[in-house]
Amino acid sequence: MQEAEVLNQSPIAAQEAIIRADKIEKYYAQPSQNRIQVISATDLKIVPGEILALLGPSGSGKSTMLRMLSGLSTPSAGQVYWHEKPIAEAEINVSIVFQSFALFPWLTVLQNVEAPLQARGVNPVERRDRSMRMLDTVGLDGFEAAYPKELSGGMKQRVGFARALVVEPEVLFMDEPFSALDVLTAENLRSELLELWAKKTMPTKAVFLVTHNIEEAVLLADRIIVLGRNPGHIRTDFKVALAQPRDRKSEPFTQLVDYIYKVLTSPDVVPAEAPDQQAGRKVRDQRQMHYQMLPHARPGGIAGLLELLLDKGGRDDIYRLADDLGFEIDDLLPIVDAAQLLGYLKIEEGDAAITLSGTEFANSEILRQKELFRAAAVGNVLLLRQIRRALEAKSDHTVPEDFFLDMLDEQFSEEECLRQMETAVAWGRYAELFDFDAGRRRFVLPDTAEDEIAGEISAGNEDAE
Amino acid sequence: MTTPTFARSPVTARTWPFLTDLGVGLCGLALFFAMAKLGAYWLARPVPAVTISHSIRALPLYAFYSIVRIGIAYLLSLVFAVGYGYIAAYNPRIEAWMIAVLDILQSIPVLSFLPGVMLAMMALVPSHQLGIEMGSILLIFTGQVWNMAFSFYSSLKSIPREMLEASRIYRYSAWQRFWQLEMPFAAIGLIWNSIVSVAGGWFFLIACEMFVLGERDFRLPGLGSYLQTAASANPVDMHALLWGLAVLVIIIVATDQLLWRPLIAWSDKFKFEQVESATRVTSPILALLQHSTALTRLPSRAWGAMDEQMFRRFSTTRECRVVQPVDAPDKSGKLLIPILLGSFIGLAVAWGAFKAIEMIHGVTWADVRLLLMGAGATYLRVNAALAIAALWTIPVGVTIGFNPKLARILQPITQVVASVPATALFPVLLLGLIRLGGGLGVGSIALMLLGTQWYILFNVIAGAMAIPSDLKEAASVYKFTSWQRWRTLILPGIFPYLVTGLITASGGAWNASIIAEYFHIGDKTMQTLGLGAQISAATDTGRFSILLLATVLMASMVVTMNRLVWRRLYRLAETRYKLES
Repeated sequence: MQEAEVLNQSPIAAQEAIIRADKIEKYYAQPSQNRIQVISATDLKIVPGEILALLGPSGSGKSTMLRMLSGLSTPSAGQVYWHEKPIAEAEINVSIVFQSFALFPWLTVLQNVEAPLQARGVNPVERRDRSMRMLDTVGLDGFEAAYPKELSGGMKQRVGFARALVVEPEVLFMDEPFSALDVLTAENLRSELLELWAKKTMPTKAVFLVTHNIEEAVLLADRIIVLGRNPGHIRTDFKVALAQPRDRKSEPFTQLVDYIYKVLTSPDVVPAEAPDQQAGRKVRDQRQMHYQMLPHARPGGIAGLLELLLDKGGRDDIYRLADDLGFEIDDLLPIVDAAQLLGYLKIEEGDAAITLSGTEFANSEILRQKELFRAAAVGNVLLLRQIRRALEAKSDHTVPEDFFLDMLDEQFSEEECLRQMETAVAWGRYAELFDFDAGRRRFVLPDTAEDEIAGEISAGNEDAE
Repeated sequence: MTTPTFARSPVTARTWPFLTDLGVGLCGLALFFAMAKLGAYWLARPVPAVTISHSIRALPLYAFYSIVRIGIAYLLSLVFAVGYGYIAAYNPRIEAWMIAVLDILQSIPVLSFLPGVMLAMMALVPSHQLGIEMGSILLIFTGQVWNMAFSFYSSLKSIPREMLEASRIYRYSAWQRFWQLEMPFAAIGLIWNSIVSVAGGWFFLIACEMFVLGERDFRLPGLGSYLQTAASANPVDMHALLWGLAVLVIIIVATDQLLWRPLIAWSDKFKFEQVESATRVTSPILALLQHSTALTRLPSRAWGAMDEQMFRRFSTTRECRVVQPVDAPDKSGKLLIPILLGSFIGLAVAWGAFKAIEMIHGVTWADVRLLLMGAGATYLRVNAALAIAALWTIPVGVTIGFNPKLARILQPITQVVASVPATALFPVLLLGLIRLGGGLGVGSIALMLLGTQWYILFNVIAGAMAIPSDLKEAASVYKFTSWQRWRTLILPGIFPYLVTGLITASGGAWNASIIAEYFHIGDKTMQTLGLGAQISAATDTGRFSILLLATVLMASMVVTMNRLVWRRLYRLAETRYKLES
């Protein structure tokens, strides 16, 4: 059960929730014994790798929810956990970007960004350095000596972002961050945020966004939770599988917006399931449908990277690694991403750190490596799991490539589908999960090692049902 | 706060700063000398009755003594106000109590405590001049601390929620929160209240320095005693009196120019505004100081080094590692100390009250009747003074407030005029009254007016300036008649400000009655029927039972008025007539 749930939460890697709310409630006691219930008992998880948007009408307790999850407000009942520790005792590392910016008007831009580092006792030189770099990242180069009141709204919110990101938060909370800005500025900031997120420029593992703007939620989020009011409760919780960058005019996009709009405007109706974001069909399981992007790396490359990392004591700066290898950083990143996807290494503050399973993989001889790789691939990569399962299910143990391409093209561009398939084939062949008949464009099940793999797959697939 | 300055002053602007640096150094030397001098004076044995000279040559020294008293009392008030406001704002359990206490203390006529405080301090430090000094400083302190404490408290309470949350989520230590959020946020209110407080401080200082209790002469060498001696000399030493007043005005103008204006200009950066405003207070003195390398670099460097240490140390505390909820429930484990402290204070209060009631024993019914009549008379006088003040200040204030050009010229002038303490003008005014042959019965109203009308005027001006121009434009677009304009726009617009001004003025008027209704001039004593006169007379004759009863009566009248009238008006102003920005 436990295992199934963990897998369910994150297909990318078997990671636990960063923040987990366990039946949290908020109410205010009234003198006359009855109490005002703001939020009824709610379970919620913030898991690594996703942008989670909280939508709801005003009065549904969105902001209260954010404050409870970030430790700013104590739930009246229930408990919030940070990596399974009660949040009131944990040293949590989160930031909030506020609707009103909440910058200190008497401090310069730089001082505003430095202040959180000051609270952490970072020394002045490093403090300045990190802050300047962060200001650079958000495009505020040259504004460090300005006061917030000299800046436009968009610039102020950039300072807000810089201040939030300079502490390298594990979870970035955003409380209607764009609603005080004009439409164009907001659009601009949104896409820049997405860019930072996609490029992993920020070490942030999850983003929690509170908004009342449906389009904004659909544009940004990987998962959307809609709250209802009186008292606040979760009405629906679903994944958004549209690929980034998202096109506001595309049909799946507008359908999703319509769907959320319907949910919001009919508060007494039990929400229908979210529409299939590709063709308008009902979705079987949103989580199941979400293919992660396979980085285009070869298994050999992954093994090579891990071995090199091990030689360097298990941890090194990614840029330095690229230098040592004589690689362009763009060539190295897919390999790093692939290793991360398979759970072999972790990215921490720009460093690649090898994990236990990564160490085991790198230290093993070739056959054992294949076994380990197979387990990791089946456990973490949905596409490989599906191919393998399909092959097993069919009596002739062969499936045409087109079958999977059809599923992939709901999510990726045509070109990207082919590349995804290419990578999947390379990984599957290496792991001896399947073979690929390039002439007939068909997947084939190899004869060996059938039984043990079958066992692994069923373990990885319990969540699908 | 360590503030790396990016904008360096150009090298060419270095000649002046050198002079400023020199000036700063000289000031330091002078300060050292002054300290030595003061120490010698304070530790000297008390002279049974200080002979106060009314020679002009004594003036600089007297003025210096007075300034030191005000300065020390002000610094004490500042520290106390910040501490009190902080504790009240962050301890929900005692918050209501502390604010109620503040409210009552604010309404108590400080001057009636003069004798008690003086005697207590003399008993505490019997062999030195220091005792009387401490008494007067304590009194000035009680005269100026409450509004500052209240200002700081309400600033803390009005810090925007998201700012507070930001300081929590980024795990500021209390130290960092204080210097980067609370103090800057409260600075402007604190500075404006400091100005009001120090002006009030002069009022009390001058009264303190003139103090005589029965046979005992507690007079202190200072401007107040100088003025009084000059006025009571026979014949009146007009020359000395005018010189004394002139020095007082010079001191007040200098304080305004050298201290308050630079402070106000400096505090502009603490304005909680999202957009830069067009109008700013400027101060050449501030500009000069900011160009002094010694002044900008040295303290900031020394402070910076210390600050870093503090931050380093605090960053390892729990407060800086775990996010503290904004709505943290009270920890019940810490109940013991407040309970102990509370019961201790309770016992002390009960004992004091018991002793006081014992003292009242000797009072006859005739005394009580007289006191009640006096209370009635003073009540009428206070309200008459308020009404007259309101009548002239509302039209004048609105005219000034609606006309920015006029406001720019008149506001600084009225501010200086207003801060000349009424007590200093009393002797002069009384001389005039005697010449005219008027009695104190009506004259005391004029004296109260002198002290209190300014509060109303300032508030009306501020209120008129705060009326948004779009509302004014709407009124003129729809061609409101002038009556309509007053009724629908101006009066409701200035109402909250007017109420604030009236509350302050009423408190001031009650306090002023103690001096206004009873006055020694020359060898005559002028008095009229009134509670203030009774307090002063009881002080003079040493009848503590009457003094106590009269004080309690006055305090309870002020508190009752506050509760029944002003508080309600204030609530009305807050709810109905508040202009949301």
